[in-house]
Amino acid sequence: MEQGSVLEMRHIYKTFPGVKALQNVDFTLKKGEIHALMGENGAGKSTLIKVLTGVEEFETGEIHVDGTEGAVINRSPQEAQNRGISTVYQEINLCPNLTVAENLFIGREPRKAGLIDWKEMNRRASELLKGLDIHADVTKTIDNYSIAIQQMIAIARAVDMSAKVLILDEPTSSLDDGEVEKLFSLMRRLKKEGVGIIFVTHFLEQVYEVCDRITVLRNGQLVGQFTTAELPRVQLVAKMMGKDFDDLAAIKTEEGQIGKEAEDIVIKAVGLGKKGYVKPFDLVIRKGEVVGFTGLLGSGRSETVRLLYGAERSDEGELFVKGQKHSARNPLSSMNCGMAYLPEDRKNEGIIADLSVRENLILALQAKRGVFRLLSRKQQEEFTDKYIEMLQIKTASRETPIKSLSGGNQQKVIIGRWLLTNPDFLILDEPTRGIDVGTKTEIQKLVVELASQGMAVVFISSEIEEMLRTCDRMVVMRDSAKVGELSGEEMNQASIMSTIAGGQ
Amino acid sequence: MKSGTLKNITSKRLFLPLFCLALVLLVNVITTPDFFAISVRDGVLYGYMIDIINRASELVILAIGMTLVVSASAGTDISVGAIMAVSAAVCCSVLTGGERAATELVAPLFAGFGAAILVGIIIGCFNGFLVARLNIQPMVATLIMFTAGRGIAQLITDGQITYVRVDSYKLLGSSFPGFPVPTPFIVAVFMVAITALILKRTALGMYIQSVGINRRASRLIGIKSVFIIFLTYAYCGLCSGMAGLIASSRIYSADANNIGLNMELDAILAVAIGGNSLGGGKFSLAGSVIGAYTIQALTTTLYAMHVSSDQVPVYKAVVVVIIVALQSPGFARWKKSLAKKKGSMQLEGKEAA
Amino acid sequence: MKQRKKMNQNTFLLLITIVLFFLMYGIGCALFKDAGFAKTQNFLNLFVSNAGLIVIASGMTVVMITGGIDISVGSFVALACMMLAWMMERKGIDAVPAVLIVLATGIAFGFVQGFLVAYMDIQPFIVTLAGMFFGRGMTAIISKDMISITNETFMAWAKAKIYLPFGGYVNKKGVLIQPYIYPTVVIALLLVLAVFIMLKYTKFGRSLYATGGNEQSAMMLGLNVRKVKLKAYVLNGFLCGVGGILFCLNTLGGFVEQAKGFEMDAIASSVIGGTLLTGGVGNVFGTLFGVLIKATIEAFITFQGTLSSWWTRITIAALLCFFIVLQSILAMIKKGGKQD
Repeated sequence: MEQGSVLEMRHIYKTFPGVKALQNVDFTLKKGEIHALMGENGAGKSTLIKVLTGVEEFETGEIHVDGTEGAVINRSPQEAQNRGISTVYQEINLCPNLTVAENLFIGREPRKAGLIDWKEMNRRASELLKGLDIHADVTKTIDNYSIAIQQMIAIARAVDMSAKVLILDEPTSSLDDGEVEKLFSLMRRLKKEGVGIIFVTHFLEQVYEVCDRITVLRNGQLVGQFTTAELPRVQLVAKMMGKDFDDLAAIKTEEGQIGKEAEDIVIKAVGLGKKGYVKPFDLVIRKGEVVGFTGLLGSGRSETVRLLYGAERSDEGELFVKGQKHSARNPLSSMNCGMAYLPEDRKNEGIIADLSVRENLILALQAKRGVFRLLSRKQQEEFTDKYIEMLQIKTASRETPIKSLSGGNQQKVIIGRWLLTNPDFLILDEPTRGIDVGTKTEIQKLVVELASQGMAVVFISSEIEEMLRTCDRMVVMRDSAKVGELSGEEMNQASIMSTIAGGQ
Repeated sequence: MKSGTLKNITSKRLFLPLFCLALVLLVNVITTPDFFAISVRDGVLYGYMIDIINRASELVILAIGMTLVVSASAGTDISVGAIMAVSAAVCCSVLTGGERAATELVAPLFAGFGAAILVGIIIGCFNGFLVARLNIQPMVATLIMFTAGRGIAQLITDGQITYVRVDSYKLLGSSFPGFPVPTPFIVAVFMVAITALILKRTALGMYIQSVGINRRASRLIGIKSVFIIFLTYAYCGLCSGMAGLIASSRIYSADANNIGLNMELDAILAVAIGGNSLGGGKFSLAGSVIGAYTIQALTTTLYAMHVSSDQVPVYKAVVVVIIVALQSPGFARWKKSLAKKKGSMQLEGKEAA
Repeated sequence: MKQRKKMNQNTFLLLITIVLFFLMYGIGCALFKDAGFAKTQNFLNLFVSNAGLIVIASGMTVVMITGGIDISVGSFVALACMMLAWMMERKGIDAVPAVLIVLATGIAFGFVQGFLVAYMDIQPFIVTLAGMFFGRGMTAIISKDMISITNETFMAWAKAKIYLPFGGYVNKKGVLIQPYIYPTVVIALLLVLAVFIMLKYTKFGRSLYATGGNEQSAMMLGLNVRKVKLKAYVLNGFLCGVGGILFCLNTLGGFVEQAKGFEMDAIASSVIGGTLLTGGVGNVFGTLFGVLIKATIEAFITFQGTLSSWWTRITIAALLCFFIVLQSILAMIKKGGKQD
C-alpha cells in the first residue's frame, strides 16, 4: 500500500446478469481526505461501495485496508465495520423508535450489574455528540429529529466505533443549506482527525466546497482520479456525462416539422409546482417536438415529469393539455387526456413482473378502456404480436412472464404498452438505462420517428450525447428548479454543461 | 430428457392441487374400499364422494373470495367464519321475525337471503375500508370482525340457537325433491361459474393480479389499486354470506357459536394447496376450488378413519405448515444454498478431473 | 412545537388507556355502588380472575414489539390446562413435574413457531394460526371430555389465599373481612415486572425494540435479527406456559373449549395498552392496564346482571377497532408530517 492511504481498491471487476457493473476500477483513499465519488446513473458508484462494504461480492481485484495485512474481503457490513469501514446511507439506518443514545450504543450498551446503565449511556452519548458539536437531546427518540441530525448521529456512531474509512452515500440529498453546512463542518473536523471520507453526491457545488479529490466513474469504468482544485466544473460534468459523438447527426433528419400554431401546443404548464418537490416552472411542449430534460441526478428532472403526468399531485400552478385546463388528479385522468409515462424505476414502477408479455403490453390500454370493456383475447394477441414485431421484442412467446426477459426487452414492452394507448404526449424517463447499446439506438430512433408522426415526447437521459441526438429542445434542471431552456444553436455540449454546472 | 418432462409436469400450475387430491383419494382406496361407491337412497345420491362434494360447498365458495383477497392484498381475511355466523343469524332472525324458533316463515325467503348476503357485503366493505384505505395489515384489520363477529351473531339471536323449521328453508342445504344432486353443490358451481365469468369477461382478474404483484406500477397505468383491493374484500364478504346461508340451511338454524367455525383456516389452506402464493399476485381459481375439495376429502377421510371433529385441526395445521413452509422464502434460500453447494462441488469435481 | 407533538404520540396512546381504565372503574363505582363495585376485594378480583391473561398478554407484547403476533395462545392455554389435568388425574404425575413439563412444552411450542417465523420467513399470522388449530386439536386428542383437577398439591396452590393487611371492612355480623389475593396474582405481577426490566434494561430487550422499529436498520446496526425474533417467540412460549398454569389454577380443570378467544383478549390488551401492531413500540405496564380494562368490562357486565356475556366480545372488538384505527391514523399523520 502507498504511504498515507487508508484504503486501496485495485482492478475491481463485478458483473450482474447482462451488465458489466465494474470493469477494472481502481480507487485510493488517503488518510484525512474527503474524496468525492462521482458518476451518473449506472456509473457503478453504488456497486463500488457495496463491494467495499461487503454487501455484494466481487469477482476479481484486491482491497487493501490500513491496519490489515494483505488483501481483505468483507463478507458483510459488520465485517467491514470491524475493519474500520463505516457507511452512512442515504436512507438512514437507525431505528426510529429508539432514543438517540440507544442508536449510538446499541449492541454495545454500557452495563452495570448486568443491566443497561441508562445514566452512563446517556452521559457518554451526550459527551460524544458534544465533542462533535451535534445538538440533540439523547433521551428523545430519533424520529423527533430532522434527517440532517439523524445523518450526523449516524456519523457519530460510525466515528465512535473508530472508523478509519467513513462512507457517506448521498447524505445531503434531503438537507437544506444550513443543515448541509453543519454536516460539512463535521466532515472537516473528522478529516482533521485523520478519517478518510468517501463522499458520494451529485451536487457539484458541494464537491467543490469540501472535497480534496474526485474519482469519476462512467458505465462501470474508471474515468479518472482528479484533484478538485485542478478540475474545472464544466470538465467534471463532461467527464461524468461522456462526450463521444460517434454518429450524432445520423438520427435527426428533418427539422422544422414542429408545430408553430397555437393549437399545436400539447402541454402548457404555468407556475406548476409542489412544495418540497419541484419549484414552480413554466413549460410549453408542441406537437412533433422532442423535449429533453437534463440535469444531474437528483436535479428534479424525474420529479418534474411525475408532476406533469399526475403521478404526484401538484399544489400550485396550472396545467393545460391541448388547450384544456387539466387538474392532474390521477394517472388515469392524465391517460384519458392522451398522456403516457414510462417511469424511471422499471422494476418497481414499470413491469408487473409475474404477468405475461401480453398482459403487460395491453394493461394500460385496458385500464383506459375501463374494466367492463375487456379486450378480446384475439385483439390482445394481435396487439401483442404487432408490437413484438414492431419493436423487435425478443421473447420466447406472448405468454412468457415479463420478468424472464432482459432489461432492454422489458423496456420495449413498457414502451409498447404506452404506444398502444395511442398517446399525444409521451414521457420517457431514462428509457435507455441499463440497456445494451443496440437497443439504445433503436429506442432513440423510435423517439425521433414518433415525433415526426406528430407526437410530443419528453425524453430524459443521463447521457448527454443521447439527448443531443434525439431532442429538439432541452430543459435544464438544477436543484429542483428549471434553470434554462436551450434550443437550436445554443443546444451544444458546452452550453448545456455550463448551464448544468451553473455559476462559473 | 426424462427428468425434463417430469419437471415440466411438476411445474404446471395445477400440479400441486391435483397431486394432493389424488394422494388423499389414494389413501382412501386403501383404507376405505367402499369410498368410491355411489348409490341412490330416497331419490338422493349417496356415498363418501357425494358427501365430499356436498360438504365442500361452503368451503369452495369461501375459497373463491379468499383467493381474490390473497391475490390483491397479499393478506388473508380471517373473518370469513365469523361473517358466516352473522349472516346465518341475520337470515334466520329475518325469517322468524325475531323469534327463536318458527314453523312458518314470517318474511319471504328471498328477504332473509338478501339480508344475509347484504350483511356479508357490508362486513366485507368494512374490512376492505380498513385494509385498502387505512392501510392496515389485512390480518389485523380482519381480526376485528373475527373477534366481534360471533358476538354480533349472538346479539342478533339473543345468544340462542334460532330454528327455522320450514321445509322450503331446508332446500338450500339439502336437495330439491326428485332431484338427486345436493343443492349446496349447485350453488357452489353457480358461484364458481359467476366468478369465473366476471373474471373472464371483464378485466378485473387482470387488475387484481396486477395490483397484487406491483401496486405502484398498477397505479401509474391507471388502475385504481385502493378500489380494487376494497372490492376483493367486499366480494369475499359476499361469498362468506352465501356460505353462511348454506351452512345455516343445512341445520335449519343459526348457531352463532358453531357456524363457520375454523373455516378461515380451511379457506386459507384451500388457497395455498391450490398452488396460489400467499404473497399475492397470480392466482388460479380452479386451483383454489380443487384445493377446497382436497381439504374436504381430507376431512372426510379423517372422519372415515374415526378421527373426531375436534381433533381434525391438528392434521390440517400440520399440512398447512408444510405447504406454507415449502412456499416460504426461507425454504427457497435453503434450496438455493444447497444448489450452490452442489454446483460448486460439481465444479470442483470437474477441475479435479 | 412539532417535536413536542411527536414525542407525545406513543405516550399519548398509553395515557388514553390509563385514563380510560380509571374512568371506567370510576363509572362502575358510581353505577354499582350498592352492589359493592368499589370494594377493595372487587378491585383485587380484577387481578385474581385474570392472572393468566396478564402473563400471556405480556408475552404477546414482547412478540408484538418485534412486529410479530401470536394467535395460538388461547389454544395453548387450553392445551396446558388439559395437559396438567390429564397428567395429574389420569397419569398420577405429581404437580411439580407436571408443571415443569407444561413449561417445557410452552418453550418447545414457541421455538417451533419462532423458527418458522424467523428462519423460514413465514408470516407470523399464518404460523400461529396453524399453531392455534394444532393446540386446540391436540387438546382434543388428549381428552375429549372435561377433566377436573383434584390433585392435593395443586389444589393447595390454588386455594392459598394471601390476606392483605389493608382495605378490610367489618360485615353485618361484625366479622372483619380482609381482602385477599392468590399467589397467582403475585406471580403474574412479578413476571410483569421481570418483563418490564428485561425490555428496558437488557440488551435483548432493546434489540426487540430495534427489530420491530426497523428490521433493516437493526441488521445494519449489527443485530442478529433472526435470532432476536426466535428468542422472542421462545420467551413468549415460556410465558404462555406460565400463563396456562396460572389460568388452570383458577379454573382447576381442562376441556377442549377452554380459553376460547383468549388470544383476542391478549392481543386487545396489548393494543389497548399502547403496543403498536407495526412493532417497535410497547410497554408491559400498558398491557397490564389493557387487561384491567377488559376485566372491568367483564365486571360491568356481571354487576349489571341483564347484559349478556357476548357484550364483552363486542365491546373489546370495538375498543380494538378504535385503537387500531387510531394507530393507523397517527401513523399517517406522522408520515404526512415528515414530508413537510
